[in-house]
Amino acid sequence: MSLELLIQNALLVFLFVLCLIAIELKDLLYSVIVLAGASITLAVIFFMLQAPDIAITQAAVGAGVMTVLFVIAISRTRRQE
Amino acid sequence: MAGMTVIVRTIARLLFPFTFLFGAYIVLHGHLTPGGGFPGGVIIAASVVMLFLAYGIERAQKRVGFLHAEVLESVGGLAIVVLGLFGILLGITFLQNVFPLGTLGQLFSAGNLPLLYLGVGTKVAAGLILIFYAMLFAFRGGEE
Repeated sequence: MSLELLIQNALLVFLFVLCLIAIELKDLLYSVIVLAGASITLAVIFFMLQAPDIAITQAAVGAGVMTVLFVIAISRTRRQE
Repeated sequence: MAGMTVIVRTIARLLFPFTFLFGAYIVLHGHLTPGGGFPGGVIIAASVVMLFLAYGIERAQKRVGFLHAEVLESVGGLAIVVLGLFGILLGITFLQNVFPLGTLGQLFSAGNLPLLYLGVGTKVAAGLILIFYAMLFAFRGGEE
């Protein structure tokens, strides 16, 4: 197994763990921040799969706009699950 | 939504020009490098929304109001439609290229693609700011 494939599989496992943490957390604000980290990890995986266009879009939408909209929605409703 | 502490305000104020410049770079180089109208518009909208969250919605609304964003979004959509109609009038189909192509790799090349990306970037940036406003005001209306 080459080094690039090893890093890619490690990133996939890391993405899975981050998504599980985002589901299991009871504080929704922490959950949104972990989800932004998962989005950045997915952008890195896209970049390693030689799709820089999709990686830029995923990073900008997932970590920027989606996080802001979730934070606004949490600030207008309850913070705890 | 009130503003945040002085640390967040200073960081947002210092970071805003660079983020805005990066978004404008991605929009303007959409036909040469990865990216294009949609990611660049999203980055521009994210930079403006970051400033809104740091300084509070009341101060931000005086600078970039609801009407400004609505007019900018309509101008972006109108630019796309007018470029498409140029293609129908002078060419064959909708969005047919009617401008000179230029040489590959230069900034002013590729016909009507840079103008199209400018329209898409303007529309996406103004539309995301409008979504931000709409969420704030919709939830505020529900509380009262």
